[in-house]
Amino acid sequence: MSADEKLLTLNLKIWRQKDAKDKGQMVDYTLEGVSTDSSFLEMLDQLNEKLVGQGEEPVTFDHDCREGICGMCSLMINGQAHGPEKETTTCQLHMRSFNDGDTIVIEPWRARAFPVLKDLTVDRSAFDEIIMAGGYVNVNTGNAQDANEILIPKESADLAMDAAACIGCAACVASCKNASAMLFVGAKISQLALLPQGQVEAEQRAANMVAKMDELGFGNCTNEAECEASCPKGINISNIARMNKEFLKSAVKSKS
Amino acid sequence: MLNQFFKVITSSIMKKFGMGVTGLLLCGFLVSHLLGNLLIFVGPQAFNTYAHTLVSNPLIYLAEAILLLIFLKHIGLAIKLTIENKMARPVKYYMTQATGRGSTFASSSMPVTGLIILVFVVLHILQFKFGAYYEETYDGVVMRDLYRLLIEFYQNPLNVAWYIFSMACVAVHVSHGFWSAFQSIGFNHPKYTPLLKCLAKLFALVVFCGFSSLPIYCYVQGAQ
Ligand code: FES
Repeated sequence: MSADEKLLTLNLKIWRQKDAKDKGQMVDYTLEGVSTDSSFLEMLDQLNEKLVGQGEEPVTFDHDCREGICGMCSLMINGQAHGPEKETTTCQLHMRSFNDGDTIVIEPWRARAFPVLKDLTVDRSAFDEIIMAGGYVNVNTGNAQDANEILIPKESADLAMDAAACIGCAACVASCKNASAMLFVGAKISQLALLPQGQVEAEQRAANMVAKMDELGFGNCTNEAECEASCPKGINISNIARMNKEFLKSAVKSKS
Repeated sequence: MLNQFFKVITSSIMKKFGMGVTGLLLCGFLVSHLLGNLLIFVGPQAFNTYAHTLVSNPLIYLAEAILLLIFLKHIGLAIKLTIENKMARPVKYYMTQATGRGSTFASSSMPVTGLIILVFVVLHILQFKFGAYYEETYDGVVMRDLYRLLIEFYQNPLNVAWYIFSMACVAVHVSHGFWSAFQSIGFNHPKYTPLLKCLAKLFALVVFCGFSSLPIYCYVQGAQ
């Protein structure tokens, strides 16, 4: 408990939906005694304890590490993906970002490709499908080779690392007015395109991943950069430009 | 092979690419149109002779056809992309709030400014290309007196106001569209992209001031 801990009373407006087929609706809750030291998910835990105590169904939401590294948590908080703080996942968002008496609107990610399963949980397996379409490299099995054998320019390594910081939470899709997945796909293509290890499949990778992304019904980027602004890992939209370039390259070079 | 080719050209990235390329070509048209129109400041003879030289060149039909195709491609893609993007989120959010770190007024109003520009362009062609036909003779050559039509048309302050409003829309549209086109064709550079964003704003300002000065000048000229 910190010295300046305060207790908040909050008005919550939460999307409740029984299952994938249910129409769903916003439901109002009042929650008292929320510590400013607790995280946003702990606040929801507190609400759930209360609901269970009252014999009601708790609110379902996704989470896992609660350390900002796994990409499992989501939530549209007051119309912003992962809430108001820059480069912060919902699990790392703290209640000190809110004031006593605030009304907080909590919704699931919305996109055709991410159907709501229950309450605030959506099915993000569309992202797995995109990765399966080309987000990998083939490696030889056997002894691990010397780490310094493959030379990689520092700048490429840094850019690849920045792209690889993507945790696949899908805040980019959720915050995009077009529900476009281009920041995610751009990051995944970039992290491999920038490294020598990614060159073997390069010719087909961008084409296949983009084709999968289109097929799944994500929207088209209009370069507004809300994705970059909402990304908890600060992934830059230059990765989208790189994807565009890689796609054009693979379209020109492709033999089929 | 054909199947693969079809997949590529109908892909999201090719649509964005097409949007960017046609947009940049239209920016080029804006520049040439502005430069030609600035001859209004030189005088009726310079302007009318310029217009006459343009339309009496047989290549004008080819140029007009290409320009029309570029326009149609840009508009067609815009409609297609907007519909697809709306479909990508069938259930809307209860509440949305921009982060303030991403989208701008210009970027979020592209479909609206685009639509206004479309209405403007159609009216503009009807008003001038197919507008009243006056004749004037310079050095024995009979040609259309477009200058007179301009002066007459812009005696109505409402026409001036609509023109300036439309140019404001064009300026807002290109202030996002210009740099955005480079992003769409795969160009993003830590040094040049910020420069392109500045250039886009500067281009928007030049387009707005340059074009808006024309009807104002006509209005003032006619009042004398
Ligand atoms: S729960 Fe793992 S990133 Fe938030």
